Amino acid sequence: MVTGHGPVERLVRVWLPVSFFLVLALFPFYWMAITSLKPNSELYNRHVMPLVLHHPTLKHYIDLLTQTSFLTWTWNTTLVAVISTGISLAFGTMLAYPLARMRFAGAGLIATTVAAIYLVPQPLLFIPLADVINRLGLGNTLTAVILTYPTMLVPFCAWLLLGYFKTVPMELEEAARIDGASRMQTMRQIFLPLCTPGFISAGIFAFTLSQNEFLYALIFLTKSSVRTVPVGVIAELIRGDVFYWGQLMAGALLGSIPVALIYSFFVEHYVAGLTSGSVKG
Amino acid sequence: MSVRSEPFVGAARPARRTATLAGWLDRQSVFSWLMMAPPLLFLAALVGYPFCYGILLSLQDRPVAHAGTFVGLKNFATNLHDPLFWRVALNTFVYTAVATLLKMVGGLALALAMNQQFPLKNLVRALMLLPFIVPTVLSTVAWMWILDPAFSVLNWLLVLVGIPKPGPSWLGNPLLAMVSIIVINTWRGLPFYGITLLAGLQTVPPELYEAATIDGAGSWQRFRYVTLPLLQPIILIVTLFSVIFTFADFQLVYVLTHGGPQNATQLFATYAFDIAMGAGQLGLGASIALTMLPALALLIVALTIYLRRG
Repeated sequence: MVTGHGPVERLVRVWLPVSFFLVLALFPFYWMAITSLKPNSELYNRHVMPLVLHHPTLKHYIDLLTQTSFLTWTWNTTLVAVISTGISLAFGTMLAYPLARMRFAGAGLIATTVAAIYLVPQPLLFIPLADVINRLGLGNTLTAVILTYPTMLVPFCAWLLLGYFKTVPMELEEAARIDGASRMQTMRQIFLPLCTPGFISAGIFAFTLSQNEFLYALIFLTKSSVRTVPVGVIAELIRGDVFYWGQLMAGALLGSIPVALIYSFFVEHYVAGLTSGSVKG
Repeated sequence: MSVRSEPFVGAARPARRTATLAGWLDRQSVFSWLMMAPPLLFLAALVGYPFCYGILLSLQDRPVAHAGTFVGLKNFATNLHDPLFWRVALNTFVYTAVATLLKMVGGLALALAMNQQFPLKNLVRALMLLPFIVPTVLSTVAWMWILDPAFSVLNWLLVLVGIPKPGPSWLGNPLLAMVSIIVINTWRGLPFYGITLLAGLQTVPPELYEAATIDGAGSWQRFRYVTLPLLQPIILIVTLFSVIFTFADFQLVYVLTHGGPQNATQLFATYAFDIAMGAGQLGLGASIALTMLPALALLIVALTIYLRRG
């Protein structure tokens, strides 16, 4: 769109706005990083220029990893995210495949219901769900969140996969059917291997959403040994009114790294999923 | 909706199969419903049932760990006579409206800025999305420290440019606390708007701009009469998504202000949480959460129709 502008106009039209947005987006992460590396003497001294690091130290990281249950929380978060993503991809496929490929009475109703459930925000459900989880005796178990995260993720994956499945051409499946393959064989051996990019997109979204989830984890997990990173950081690194800012920032940064890492590997898939117009904001 | 394969495949199916079990399983409707049954049962048990149970709870006086007694619409009546409830409704409305507007305008500006040629564009786009993908709770903790009453880096910068020490108390002043949660929500949601709208911008055919330029349109007119109308469907979808999830926001406010100071940032979700989990009044809490339903239902129906059409 930009056609032959001079350097000044280019500065105003491109570099100023882009740098403004970039600084805005990244400053909190920069601030997290340098806070986590500052000794307390520097952190709580108003006479030191705060924007740069004067005496870097890893003390907060060492304290975080040795004196808190951070590693346990990280393990719990990863375990929960992996299992609920797996469940959600499987269930999502089981919903999306018939909706994308089969003709049957009620298909429209099911598709509409799935889309509507996908849009129901958690705060509408958490109170009755808390009671259900208690009655099932699942309080303070990872099973509680492994079961409840897919309630958000299944409709989401189904919807995203449905969009992807419709873009896959049908000739191969038709050929397989003519050769006498059953519907199940056609789906598993011919169709699903073609959909890897769709599964990667849906999988990354489900994984990041699980890592991000807070409300259910806050309600269902009150023991340190079963907590996830977001709940552990909020509930245990903020002790009463005393804030351990160095540790908090170290925890926030380390807790963000798995998501950021996965995202950086699959950024194109992520953007493709995001811009397909079917993702929550 | 989509192209169906059936006529072709159906014609090719050997007739003898229909009589056997394999043939029965091969029927489209049988195959589909068997395939969808497990996820549908799962959703019925953990979304459908809790949803109906929530409505039942809202009609009960139900202290935690006690049996409930049916009280009809008493909880809803209690809410309507509670000034705090109205405060919460107003807060939620202001929060949703202002944050959505900021995200829409800012997101559009971000998309327009990014829709130009410059080096390392893909890297910049990837970095821009970080606020959206990093767990909200963790980035909110960073904001909490940026706005800290004693060691706020923001106030340190403001003092540098001449604001009197010690600078504003961001989370201690009711108005500024609302400003803070709106800004942070915007910060987090802006990349989602920006990148989605950018994808929309990239589908606008360049010939349209060329034609408009030949007709004498300036850059504002090209934006107003070419870009904006073509982006309208995407803006609508993104905005509906954003309104639904801003309206029902919980984690940002819970972490940053707990609804304070003096309930100035209390939203429906955090208030329902306080009443149900803090005060142990499950029935009353459920009724507060359900108050969101009519507005949400309208939005959800609108967006569902839109998504199903797309």
